[in-house]
Amino acid sequence: MEAFSNLMKGIATGKFVYSGELEPHNVCTEVTSVIEWAKTLKGIEEILAANVTDNPQSFTAMSSLAASHIVQEASGLELVYQLRTADRNRMALASDILGAAALGLKNILALTGDHTTMGNTPHCMPVFDLDSAHLVDLVHKMVYEGTDLAGNEVAGPRVEINVGVAGNPNQEPMEIEILKMERKAEVGAEFIQTQVVFDLDIALEYLDALEYIKVPTLIGIFPPRSFGQASFFDKYVSGVTVPKDFLDTFAGFKEIEDKAKRKEKIDEFNIDYFVNFVKEIKKKKACAGCHVMAVGYPDVIEPIIAGVEK
Amino acid sequence: MIVVREKPLEKILETLSPYKNILVVGCDGCTQPPRSLKEAETLAKLIEMSGKVKNEEINCKPTTLIKQCCNTSVANLRTQLEGYDAILTLSCGIGVQTLTSMYPELQTFPAQDTVFNGYEETRDGNIFEMCLACGDCLLDETGGICPITRCAKSLLNGPCGGCVEGKCEVEAKIGEDQTVKNDCAWYLIYHRLKDLDKLDLFKKYRPPRDNGNLHPQIIGTLERY
Repeated sequence: MEAFSNLMKGIATGKFVYSGELEPHNVCTEVTSVIEWAKTLKGIEEILAANVTDNPQSFTAMSSLAASHIVQEASGLELVYQLRTADRNRMALASDILGAAALGLKNILALTGDHTTMGNTPHCMPVFDLDSAHLVDLVHKMVYEGTDLAGNEVAGPRVEINVGVAGNPNQEPMEIEILKMERKAEVGAEFIQTQVVFDLDIALEYLDALEYIKVPTLIGIFPPRSFGQASFFDKYVSGVTVPKDFLDTFAGFKEIEDKAKRKEKIDEFNIDYFVNFVKEIKKKKACAGCHVMAVGYPDVIEPIIAGVEK
Repeated sequence: MIVVREKPLEKILETLSPYKNILVVGCDGCTQPPRSLKEAETLAKLIEMSGKVKNEEINCKPTTLIKQCCNTSVANLRTQLEGYDAILTLSCGIGVQTLTSMYPELQTFPAQDTVFNGYEETRDGNIFEMCLACGDCLLDETGGICPITRCAKSLLNGPCGGCVEGKCEVEAKIGEDQTVKNDCAWYLIYHRLKDLDKLDLFKKYRPPRDNGNLHPQIIGTLERY
């Protein structure tokens, strides 16, 4: 496999890397705030790339291909173009990958995506012609064999894109997840970015279990800004559990009436908790980096990275 | 069996409104819940009573056929058609079309929505969708559990991230207002294959399906056996 993107090149050097996340707003043509957030992330040296979500939770948003291109051009930050199979058949996916290659995008995160009934257009036809493993197969074939899944040859410059997949350390039993990752590695997955993990023990167990697959893994973290956000993950995000101690600590912050003081305490806690968290995962061989999903919460990202890397 | 759901009576009455003499035909075939002579009699009475409420004379005759998905069986209806100006069938969508093609002189209407191929957990119990008739059965590889039908995304390489505690992120509706958490098919497949010591089949990459051979399909006479 070859490293085409800065993210994969960074991983190849053995450096512990960071990626961020950008989320175009639902049903919205405006990306100014996304560009601003990308510029903030670009300002943090250790962050090599950021993901642009594709209709997250099956809520309609601007095409992640268009948003990835616009934001990459405007911010200078390399992007990970997220692409889900829920809404496009293999022909549409192939044409989007060709478009991504032509636009200079270097990373694709291959996703199946939440079911279309979960979002804001529940009556649409769910596609799922391919699943995420098939999409990895498709990208891999386009890059290394120069064909799509039907064997049609790609004309023009070579597709130079690295393809990653999403991991879910919270899956129980974990063996299901590990076998799935092995399957995806066999068809060409080059990196793994995981769902949010709050429980350090789960992250460490996952990294140990995954080591034999030899696919560099970035563990997903999300420092919450409030008790509401933390408990939202616990209650509503598929498969994510937040440790009770963590939730109790955030419940305690709710009692602080002064807003500025509350924020200060939350920031302090997040920095302390996640610096330790990332330091621990960094010790694991399978762990190539950390995927920081704190969209719109810049105050803690830099201190967390600085705390880990100092 | 082919599972059907009764259309609302108001909808059936609206469809039949121009017709006064209606042959109501059950099907003794695989339709479930049963939609045979007894059910045809009940529906015929309901339609006649609804007519009376509106001071309209509607004449319904209930009857049934062994199976409506076969011209040989459907031919038996010919002697009963005289005097009727419409057919209402309790069969699945196949029966509606067989009657339409056999008796083009009358219009045949569906009394049912055809919903899926399923199985009944217990007699008169819940009925579950089990087979999408995809034409490429992989139950030999998946421990006898069909991911094409029982995974909401029909994944070949599942489960997805929406599997939580063995349940699917998509809830199934029962009736108007009840929902239940469905089992994740791939979670079941994992456990079944683990029990069989065949996890290599779970881990196996299954390439994309050939979706190029879709409806309408034909099985020729020579292919039948």
